[in-house]
Amino acid sequence: MDKTLVLGLYRDMLEIRRFEEVAQRCYAEGLVSGFLHLYIGQEGVAVGAISAAEPTDYIVATYRDHGHYLARTHDVRGAMAELFGRATGCSKGRGGSMHLFNAAHRFLGGHAIVGGHVPLAAGVAFASKYRSEKDVTLCFFGDGSANMGAFHEGLCLASLWKLPVVFLCENNLYAMGTPLYKTLAVEDVSTRALGYPMARETVNGDDVLEVREVVRLAVRRAREESLPTLVEAKTYRFRGHSVSDPAKYRSKEELEFWKQRDPISTLASRILDLGMATEAMLKDIDAEVRRDVEDAVTFAKESPPPSVDTLYEYVYADGEGGEG
Amino acid sequence: MMRQIPFRQALREAMTEEMERDERVFLMGEEVGAYEGAYKVSQGMLERFGERRVVDTPIAETGFAGVGVGAAMVGLRPIIEFMTFNFSLVAFDQLVNNAAKLRLMSGGQFTLPIVFRGPGGAAHQLGAQHSQCTEAFYCHVPGLKVVMPSNPRDAKGLLKSAIRDDNPVIFIESEVLYGAKGEVPEEEYTTPLGRAAIVRPGEDLTIVAWSKMQHLLALALPGLEAEGIDAEVIDPRTLRPLDEETILTSVRKTNHLLIVEEGWPTGGVGAQIAWLVQAKAFDHLDAPIARVTSEDVPMPYAGNLEKAILPSVQKVIAAACRVLGRPA
Repeated sequence: MDKTLVLGLYRDMLEIRRFEEVAQRCYAEGLVSGFLHLYIGQEGVAVGAISAAEPTDYIVATYRDHGHYLARTHDVRGAMAELFGRATGCSKGRGGSMHLFNAAHRFLGGHAIVGGHVPLAAGVAFASKYRSEKDVTLCFFGDGSANMGAFHEGLCLASLWKLPVVFLCENNLYAMGTPLYKTLAVEDVSTRALGYPMARETVNGDDVLEVREVVRLAVRRAREESLPTLVEAKTYRFRGHSVSDPAKYRSKEELEFWKQRDPISTLASRILDLGMATEAMLKDIDAEVRRDVEDAVTFAKESPPPSVDTLYEYVYADGEGGEG
Repeated sequence: MMRQIPFRQALREAMTEEMERDERVFLMGEEVGAYEGAYKVSQGMLERFGERRVVDTPIAETGFAGVGVGAAMVGLRPIIEFMTFNFSLVAFDQLVNNAAKLRLMSGGQFTLPIVFRGPGGAAHQLGAQHSQCTEAFYCHVPGLKVVMPSNPRDAKGLLKSAIRDDNPVIFIESEVLYGAKGEVPEEEYTTPLGRAAIVRPGEDLTIVAWSKMQHLLALALPGLEAEGIDAEVIDPRTLRPLDEETILTSVRKTNHLLIVEEGWPTGGVGAQIAWLVQAKAFDHLDAPIARVTSEDVPMPYAGNLEKAILPSVQKVIAAACRVLGRPA
């Protein structure tokens, strides 16, 4: 195993974890408002999957998007300032936690209507194919999306038109507060792939390396054969649906069971077992990541909010697109 | 003499010219390819451009409207055809939550150059689910533009502008006008969005109407003239952004306003225009603003009921007389 790669994945997951912890703190302090959906516990999925794609491949995510945004951009300041509603945020304070965007990094949001972004992601892949470009689109969504009409239509069209897209279901066992067994008639979301049809994979989402490997093959299928794949990553969120949800619908035992599978501590153990790094080195990584996140909080606090004079900006684009 | 061509051909010419001009433009929708369009608007386009650029879809409006939005986000310029705008309601989320909002939510990082087009309004006894006006729904939404041409010349020029525009444009045609012929220049032209047309200058009364209602007004004009009413007829052509100034200037001259729209009265586009005029030209009004709309009910099937519900020549003349304080 490549040591640099593994330590990089470890660092990326930790960056998300520390970011989320601090975001929650800032929310409690009244510095962040609105809805705040934390990614804690699911870091293996975003980091594993996004590391398997090229930086030029497109990412489309849900409202629980901090992890994906950081895994792609590492723009800790832009993300934190966005949560603070500042003009320096990655969406200039117009998006908030649920709508992080970064065109330069081909990060296409942050979408907050469950399932509504699935056909959109198929459209991004449609554009790549239309232009004979080899970019792949990665579309993340939760298990709650799997019952939405938009999800089915997006997958239908992706299969019908052989679009270069990887659909990645992060199955964290709860659609908000409702357990999956009450909402999903199949055991694995990935079985839905059979009907379209398209290739499917089920993967342990808490193993960042396993996610990376499975998504790497799906990305290759998309890039080389222009075929979609539905990947289901089984995972768990350690916090509630949003910070205002105490998650009383889950037992302590269940939470403890999943915490034993924490993607970050599991990888840390492997790193130590394999002698890739010492505990001190891992602590250094943690300290560095914490510094970055605290720096981002300072940056966000010191940044101005958007000027009220700009209220009408970004509603309409000026002018015309010119000649093709 | 200028050539006369039907509405559907004007639309086809607009799409064809823009697709020849710009490789990024493509047409997608149900039956647009092999069937050549449910209303034959895209006749011959598959043969001309091939399956890559004239894309037949399954019956999956959410899916293909969303595909259009995603493709627009990364630089293509889709034309998404709804077989009728009734079916756009299945894709409402894509239009309202995605197309209209992605630019703002991303702080201006993305543009959404996409046209959603197809027929709206009642035709002939198609029942409640196929006989409704959707322009008021879409006019409500910042981030969208809404265009409703009434004649082939405007249809071609406005559609070309809509395709070149960098914003999502809702372009609503009329099922019963596809065969209507009108003068369309041979040479290339565009018609700017956001500008009204003064269809007929007049002194006594301003009448604002769009799309099919312009044809109703044409039928009503002899009756109005018989009543001695010299109406100034305005076609906004674009409902959002609305050309406020042309309407206000006219009302300041005629001091009377009648709005004729096919949609329902509650929350209709005409209600917004009435608010606008009372807010900005209150002192110029000599009488309350009048509206002729459809009756406030879902459209029943029976022909006599449909006729009773829709705006008519008689209703227009009666309303005009009322505004001017004359016995009808």
